[in-house]
Amino acid sequence: MPVRPTAVLPALVATALAAASLTACGGGSGSDPDTVKVSFKQSTDNNIKVLDTFLGDIKKQFEKENPGKKVELIPIKAPDAEYYTKVQQMLRSPKTAPDLVYEDTFLINSDIISGYLKPLDDYLAKWPDWNQFIDTAKAAARGEDGKTYGVPDGTDTRGLWFDKAIFAKAGLPANWQPKTWDDVLEAARTIKEKVPGVTPLNVYTGKPVGEAATMQGFEMLLYGTNDGTSDPLYDESSKKWIAGSQGFKDALAFVETVYKEKLGPDVADALDPNFPTRVRGELLPEGKLGINLDGSWLPQDWLEGSGHEWPEWSEKLGLAAMPTQNGQAPGKVSMSGGWTWAIPDKAANPDLAFQFIETMQTKANAKKWYIANSGIAVRKDVAADPEYVKAQPGIKFFTDLVSSTHYRPAFKAYPQVSTAVQEAMEGVTTGDMSVEEAASGYDEALKAATDDQVVEK
Amino acid sequence: MTAAAPHAGPETAKSPPGPPGSPPAPPGNQLRRTLTRALPVSPALVLLVLFLAGPIAYCAYIAFTDLQLTGQAESSFVGFENFRKAFQDEAFLNAVWLTLVFTVLSSLVGQNTLGLALAALMQRASKPVRTLVGGIVITAWVLPEVVAGFLLYAFFRREGTLNAILDWLHLPSQNWLFTLPILAVSFANVWRGTAFSMLVYSAALNEIPKEITEAAEVDGASGWRRMWHITLPMIRRSIGTNLMLNTLQTLSVFGLIWVMTRGGPGGKSQTLPLFMYEQAFQNSLIGYGTAVALLLLLVGSAFSLVYMRLLRTEV
Repeated sequence: MPVRPTAVLPALVATALAAASLTACGGGSGSDPDTVKVSFKQSTDNNIKVLDTFLGDIKKQFEKENPGKKVELIPIKAPDAEYYTKVQQMLRSPKTAPDLVYEDTFLINSDIISGYLKPLDDYLAKWPDWNQFIDTAKAAARGEDGKTYGVPDGTDTRGLWFDKAIFAKAGLPANWQPKTWDDVLEAARTIKEKVPGVTPLNVYTGKPVGEAATMQGFEMLLYGTNDGTSDPLYDESSKKWIAGSQGFKDALAFVETVYKEKLGPDVADALDPNFPTRVRGELLPEGKLGINLDGSWLPQDWLEGSGHEWPEWSEKLGLAAMPTQNGQAPGKVSMSGGWTWAIPDKAANPDLAFQFIETMQTKANAKKWYIANSGIAVRKDVAADPEYVKAQPGIKFFTDLVSSTHYRPAFKAYPQVSTAVQEAMEGVTTGDMSVEEAASGYDEALKAATDDQVVEK
Repeated sequence: MTAAAPHAGPETAKSPPGPPGSPPAPPGNQLRRTLTRALPVSPALVLLVLFLAGPIAYCAYIAFTDLQLTGQAESSFVGFENFRKAFQDEAFLNAVWLTLVFTVLSSLVGQNTLGLALAALMQRASKPVRTLVGGIVITAWVLPEVVAGFLLYAFFRREGTLNAILDWLHLPSQNWLFTLPILAVSFANVWRGTAFSMLVYSAALNEIPKEITEAAEVDGASGWRRMWHITLPMIRRSIGTNLMLNTLQTLSVFGLIWVMTRGGPGGKSQTLPLFMYEQAFQNSLIGYGTAVALLLLLVGSAFSLVYMRLLRTEV
């Protein structure tokens, strides 16, 4: 018997409906007004559960203090760059946006401009603890519109780590504190001459290591080239990026000197994406690296339970501040980044989310977090707390650097500007480009990355 | 379900000739029958449209916008701007060049020739040798791409196996991943992908009737001449098929190169898939990255067209 054509139609419709429900087209997200969803970055190293543990504790505390409310933790296990991508995709839709998101200051401005985040000023005005936060940290999550979009949960600083045993062999002082760039290079030359078989000085460079090259390497130099008050990368007054400055060329020349005179790691090693991991895991613990320009967080890799414990690091390594180019005031330079807690624009329960931030950032909880994470305090009361200062060797040194630290001009073009910096560094590192060529290459890339928002200085 | 189909042949444009004396089927029936027959495949069709054609169409649209993952609130239609940008971008042209080098070296020259050579040699080998060689080659192929990548990274790196062997032979060693990265990843791809060609060619060679090769042998044709005048022409179609599949696989290799070099140093091994990833996900320029993806599709189509011609030629 023939099938009625009308019978075919419902079948097709049913199939389409099934497919639509499978792909979650239409229908609500099923968000519960009593549940706060918190997405955060889980370490790719299975041994490191610092943030998971901390958030687990806060969840218990929050649910106890607020009966009937629930916390759902959404861990995202990925390396930094992929975590950003994943989060941005989640923030694009109300169905997937969490109520609270862990945002790196590296990208927060970019996400603010995209309209992914909610301004927090109304909440912050009613939150007394906000006055305890230091001004530079408050600025880290401030948008170009002057509003604040995130609460920082600590910061980091950068300086010089040096190997005391190698210094002793080279006849250099154990309380070394260089005053100028030349002092740093001289120390490296002395090590090269007197202690064969070790790498004298490591400055991260090139695209493979990514932001580590820009921030731990280049910006630690560039921000020490001027008077320390204005930004050498971005001009606040004209809202433009700065091209081809003398300071930029001087910083490139420093990198060129390190690799040309073979004071640094072998170029092929330096341009290996896994190099930062090797520095922390092999070169420093094995006493094969004289001076390392690096971040305050290194010890978290050597703590109990990290898989490569090195409890005696504080006896073996010394710390020195990175000097300015010619020793001009303020004499030392540091860069700071760090992460913030932000509320997505499409969050279903923003009020509850901010309540969760308040619980997370009480003095006691903030202190617990800074210590667990080898982080640098951004609360004045914690920074002055003896328990925090004594918690780990090196904390005091790196916390003191906060007074002379700089934040990146993390505007929306920053990630591409950063890539252009890495390319210029790579050019002088391999010797493929002269400093002049690399600097003019940067200028070109800068114009392309910022839609010609460039000023000569 | 019994459809009132008077015949079971393929649907033709004309209404089918019924049995003699019966009136021709009205066109309404025709449509109904077509619909009825489409019914079993309709769920698959709907799913394909939703999950494959939909995203592809959306991608094609995105390539003409300035969509960014982050850094701007709105995206707008920009026409061919992304494509214009690509052809002025030295990094893109470099990626196109490297993609061609990588494809020609590792697919056309490497996997294809080596696969054919292995297949031809195994034809004459004893069974244990065949099993052993086949086993080794296929093992390399079934390894997950990332695992193969790490293995070859360990082989090529400065303190790696290759340099250890060279040192032992007192030959000069060097850091392959740094000096010749595109050659290193091409070799890696040959190592990993030859098995596929070998299997295709083994099957093709087994199809050649023995009498023909024997007759040529009696006529006194040497091995090379037999290969050139008999074997190759007879497996021409397999060569075309293999080249096409191989090229398309090679064009889209990502994981292997990513693990070994990340496209570095200095973009010296950054093929189009890696360039695309960098633009779309590291620089957040989704629109530009997608435009590059479309251009990669064009490169693939160009290769395919050439092989299609090759396939069509009759022996």
